Amino acid sequence: MSTSPASDRHIQLNPFGQLRHFLSIDGLDRNLLTEILDTADSFIEVGERSIKKVPLLRGRTVVNLFFEASTRTRSTFELAAKRLSADVLNLDISTSATSKGESLSDTLLNLEAMASDMFVVRHAQSGAPHFIAQSVTPGVAIINAGDGRHAHPTQAMLDMLTIRQHKGRFEGLVVAIVGDILHSRVARSQVRALLTLGAEEVRIVGPNTLLPRDAETLGVKIHNDMRSGLRDADVVIMLRLQRERMEGALLPSEREFYRQYGLTTEKLAYARPDAIVMHPGPINRGVEIESAVADGPQSVILNQVTNGIAVRMAVMSMAMSGQLAERQAAAETQASK
Amino acid sequence: MKILIENGRVFDPVSGRETETGVFVKEGVIAALEAPEQAVDRRIDAQGCLIVPGFIDLSCHVREPGDDQKGSIASETRAAAHGGFTTLCTSPDSSPVNDSGAVTNLILDVAARTGAVRVLPVGAITRGLGGELLSDMAGLTNAGCVALSNGDRPLGNSRVLRRCMAYARTFGLTLFIQPENKALAAEGCAHEGSVATHLGLPGIPEVAETIAVGELLLLAEETGVRLHLSQVSTARSVELIGRAQARGIAVTADVAMHHLLFNESALRGFDSRFHVRPPLRSEADRQGLLAGVRDGVITAITSQHRPQDPAAKQAPLAETAPGLSTVETTLGMGLRLVENGELSLPVLLAALTSGPAQVLGRTPPRLDVGAPADLCVFAPGETWTVTAASLLSTGKHAAVLGEALNGVVRATLCNGKVAFVAGGDD
Repeated sequence: MSTSPASDRHIQLNPFGQLRHFLSIDGLDRNLLTEILDTADSFIEVGERSIKKVPLLRGRTVVNLFFEASTRTRSTFELAAKRLSADVLNLDISTSATSKGESLSDTLLNLEAMASDMFVVRHAQSGAPHFIAQSVTPGVAIINAGDGRHAHPTQAMLDMLTIRQHKGRFEGLVVAIVGDILHSRVARSQVRALLTLGAEEVRIVGPNTLLPRDAETLGVKIHNDMRSGLRDADVVIMLRLQRERMEGALLPSEREFYRQYGLTTEKLAYARPDAIVMHPGPINRGVEIESAVADGPQSVILNQVTNGIAVRMAVMSMAMSGQLAERQAAAETQASK
Repeated sequence: MKILIENGRVFDPVSGRETETGVFVKEGVIAALEAPEQAVDRRIDAQGCLIVPGFIDLSCHVREPGDDQKGSIASETRAAAHGGFTTLCTSPDSSPVNDSGAVTNLILDVAARTGAVRVLPVGAITRGLGGELLSDMAGLTNAGCVALSNGDRPLGNSRVLRRCMAYARTFGLTLFIQPENKALAAEGCAHEGSVATHLGLPGIPEVAETIAVGELLLLAEETGVRLHLSQVSTARSVELIGRAQARGIAVTADVAMHHLLFNESALRGFDSRFHVRPPLRSEADRQGLLAGVRDGVITAITSQHRPQDPAAKQAPLAETAPGLSTVETTLGMGLRLVENGELSLPVLLAALTSGPAQVLGRTPPRLDVGAPADLCVFAPGETWTVTAASLLSTGKHAAVLGEALNGVVRATLCNGKVAFVAGGDD
């Protein structure tokens, strides 16, 4: 029993099979994910130019709707939209409309009335972007910038881009994702993306209190021990550990977590010698990862930040063109009647 | 009013027998099981229909008093009649909570004036459903409550629970308790299993229910109270209850129809209609619940009807209000189980009639001469499409919205009066 890829596919793609919303990796096939990576590759070159702009979203309005604070993700989305020549509106909803009692639907309908073309949504509740795409503003392209514990698909795709840059392929790769899988939207999206792109084995590594129930149905192998979890891995992904986990009686202490699951030079030695180390950031040095590893030769953590803008440009331009193709087809059908 | 229901087949849920006969209703009771010689005021054609005792719902929310935008006794009893129900036990979690004779009287007054079917209020087990102070249990019963319940608020304190039971036992009262361990259910909104794991929804583990069931059974055994467990949702609960029954403990149980027809996968795509409490569980749990109904461990199927206004369901899933609008589709959903070969028709109908009557300590309803004319006439082979417009309930979030259902209710009579008639103006 899994989530329904068919229904996710249906909602994310227009009738021509092009991306129109980017809500989760579920339901997207290998070709489409590869297209995102290839498009992102072409945008990396834009970032290296002296004028870092392309006109793909000229005249379009992109609204960053962050119901949960995030400086880093929001800035990369903003930069990506601006490099695509869009008009960008940043709304920090956690401190505006909803605190005055306005419902989420009403806030969004108001924004739609301002002729918005795209909402970049971050929300603390799983499924919020699905809800918006399905029930509130289906004519606006929705890009999921992280929802609850569910998905963070642009983060996963930028990680995929980083892996492809370093490994050149996904076939045959063994990837270990370590830490708080239970609360991680990043891990869920990474697992789905890796399996779709053809990785040989995806492992999740952590204590039982931080692993989701029936996790094997995600298609992963479960390890409680770092030694077995990292053995012969090509890629090691460390997840951020939140302070609240100690208060929720999920972990005794940061120190104990670091001893068991923190990525040190010794533990990294279980992995393949050419293994790369990734982390979606922000890093807790001395909690998930030793500084020597984070800054060491196998770390590609900084690389991930650069790729973030390119992937977000790719997804935004693809979703916008999918929306426009659908609108045009609808207009033609209307005209021919 | 003299009513003749003709050309149908009378179905007796106790014996499981069908008899081809007319039903003549006069002065609120069944006067004869044949066409009378005297003239009648109204004829109801039951061609192709079964005539069965009206369904009894042990758990239904009518939203009155307090939540007018979600429903009223007038709207929800009409919806119930459309679904073939003639008796509704209404949950105490209204606003104000039904924890005093005054609120019970208010509900009964409104029901007498505006209700289409019989309303049996269920009182709160603790004051304000706060889980701390005993309610006036005997007073509530004298005012007309048929049982006392915690509604959907888990009882966090075992000492209070034990005293509720001991006190209720003093007066021979029945407790309807929905088993849930508050700390384990926490902020969950979906069954802790593969679907919640995929969707990243906070889970409610199976043990959140089974620990509560275990505690309730032990306390019921010790205090000797008549315990009825409402809306069990796991296979393991059925197993625990079955064992307790085998040991002679006075415990019964019900299950909501949607737990028999759906499992956790209904939440895929974040469909907030299926945000229900307790959550839809695994397929193995669904099978266990069905077996519980077949074996008689679970004696009643409820609608667990919870009408909501559209805004309550228009939000990210975890922020939506739990509950489905079900009272009009319970029969059709049950017939789907019959079509699937998962329940037999006699078992389904017994769980909607004689089973709940037994929980209420009443004699099983039968369509005999002299019995009150509470009955439902429905065509098991006829199909209708469930649309928002076809539902009389204020709540339009039916589980089977947009789908075709078998089992068209042609008429429902409560106390000899027409509570619903297809295409009619009653």
